[in-house]
Amino acid sequence: MRRLLFLIPLVLAIAAVHLLCAWTGTLYYLTQMTMSAYYSLLVIGLCVVMGYAGQISLGHAGFFAIGGYLAAAFTTRNLAGLQDALPVRMLDAAGLLVSGRDVYGGAQLVVTPWAACVAAVLAAALIALLIGIPVLKLKGHYLAMATLGFGIIIYKIALAVPYFGGADGISEVPPFNLLPGLAITGGSANRIANYYIAWTLVLLGVTLLWNLIHSRVGRALRAIHGSERAADSIGVDTARYKLYTFMLSAVFAALAGVFLTHYNGGIGPSEAGVMKSVRYVAIVAVGGMAHIWGALVMGTLLNFLSLRGVFGTYDDAVFGAILILIMLFAPEGILQTGIMDRLRRLVSRREED
Amino acid sequence: MTIELFIQYLFAGITYGSIYAIVAIGFNIIYNTTGIINFAQGEFVMLGGMISISLLDFMPLACAIILAVAITMVIGAFIEIVFIRWLAAPSVLRMIIITIGISILIREAALYIWGEGVRSLPYFTGSAITAVGIFGARISPQVLWVVGACGLTVLALSFFFKATPVGREMRACAANRKAAILCGINTGNMVTFSFVLSAGIGALAGCMMSPITYTQYDSGTALAIKGFTVAILGGLGNVGGAVAAGLLLGVVEAFSVSVVPLAFQDVISIAILLIILFIRPNGLFASKEAAGLRAF
Repeated sequence: MRRLLFLIPLVLAIAAVHLLCAWTGTLYYLTQMTMSAYYSLLVIGLCVVMGYAGQISLGHAGFFAIGGYLAAAFTTRNLAGLQDALPVRMLDAAGLLVSGRDVYGGAQLVVTPWAACVAAVLAAALIALLIGIPVLKLKGHYLAMATLGFGIIIYKIALAVPYFGGADGISEVPPFNLLPGLAITGGSANRIANYYIAWTLVLLGVTLLWNLIHSRVGRALRAIHGSERAADSIGVDTARYKLYTFMLSAVFAALAGVFLTHYNGGIGPSEAGVMKSVRYVAIVAVGGMAHIWGALVMGTLLNFLSLRGVFGTYDDAVFGAILILIMLFAPEGILQTGIMDRLRRLVSRREED
Repeated sequence: MTIELFIQYLFAGITYGSIYAIVAIGFNIIYNTTGIINFAQGEFVMLGGMISISLLDFMPLACAIILAVAITMVIGAFIEIVFIRWLAAPSVLRMIIITIGISILIREAALYIWGEGVRSLPYFTGSAITAVGIFGARISPQVLWVVGACGLTVLALSFFFKATPVGREMRACAANRKAAILCGINTGNMVTFSFVLSAGIGALAGCMMSPITYTQYDSGTALAIKGFTVAILGGLGNVGGAVAAGLLLGVVEAFSVSVVPLAFQDVISIAILLIILFIRPNGLFASKEAAGLRAF
């Protein structure tokens, strides 16, 4: 249990934001905080890949889009016309389909959100596995370009395939009923509940990754980051650890995609765009690469500001500038330019006294 | 497929292929002297096209192109001096992220200067419907301009690298940086010069292709990916390989249009990139020994 004590500040912060917003009458901020939470979920997953395993990925928006698009497509695309096809009948028999009426009153048969979520996340994990095996053998520029290429392929597919709605994306995505009375959906009535759902998911994610980093796997990952050859030579199965981490981060991204799509009620091709991937990399870099807390704080802050429209039309430019400035002047992240170390020293000195 | 149609596709492929080759050579020049991939390479191409289009209001076409190339070269030098020159032994990851950031900033700046609109230079000779008959196929004279200019650029570059003192110093810097320093070569200036050179040829390619493919503020990204594909196909740092690989990719892409929908044209070249990265990351033409010396 003591290992979970680190979560207390986070829980307090989450509750404090809610209370602060309620007190100042700005509860509408919680909508953007919910969306930021989902993006942060992706960012902390990417943080482990980049900071701990030392592998750059410029294709994580692709995994986000796989999750979001599959969840959206499965829960909105009508299977009523295919009712007699064997796969559809099998799904129906397993209770994975739900029938209803579409906006025009016609019969509609779609996959339940739960089944769609599981399928989307599994698909992302599988694609990460298939892509990861060859891609993670590459290093440096080659890895960057290969993951960038993967992201662009996903973007082009989302844009070109009619099933995924082309340039319009998919809208009218139904709510996701996690538990009876607890649904992931937009709208002010569910705002506070959704805020806590999203942040609970982030808490779970952080706990999982924190334990991972402080386990044998985490030590192996740090060894890989330090020197892959050295890690190899002392018997760390570098390829396997890199692949697992990559898959885990893809699952985080896909989950974020599924939940955010249900929350927004839709998804468009811009979610798969290269700029999104670059933005996630920027946030991880600002947070200090190997620093989950940095990634979480920066992910929430920057996404929140961006979603509130603080950067206006300069949104992409701001993230580009952030990337350059951080990499030029503080490649270890702004939270690690000595401030944290000084604080830690201060605290440890007090403990010694 | 009739012979006319075949030639038509072939020329379309060669046109695009020579552009890809030029972009790839731009990648190679910087890679050779610094060991980094400049992710902003495609933006030089876009800048060349955009600046020349704006200058065309004030001066004749030839002057506009020359001045646009010169301005882009200055921008290339500026980027190197401001962002890259003073970094001591930066890691590859850091350089990737910095050049990506630069490309975003250039793109956003272009968006604010020129807007989202699609622009283009006029055809150098004749108009959009002028055509030259070659074996029954109808080829636009602009195609000949593109192929000719790219060919000349490659020849001029190889002359530059082989026969001029600066070119030789740049090659020395590429072969062994420390040894070059010991010989009294100012490697810092060579790196700046490589940025200037690759910005220049990128801008030239941007001017040449503008009448055919049009120029938009974000047209650089797709070109950069294709150019990188070609640079990898030909072997990073290998200029001759880049030309061959560029023509190859261009022709493959042109013929793929007859098989798969146009929307997936980019997917094909990226799929080729991924496959090449997986099975022959050292390029189609590189020897195994040379590849062993490089870090992937």
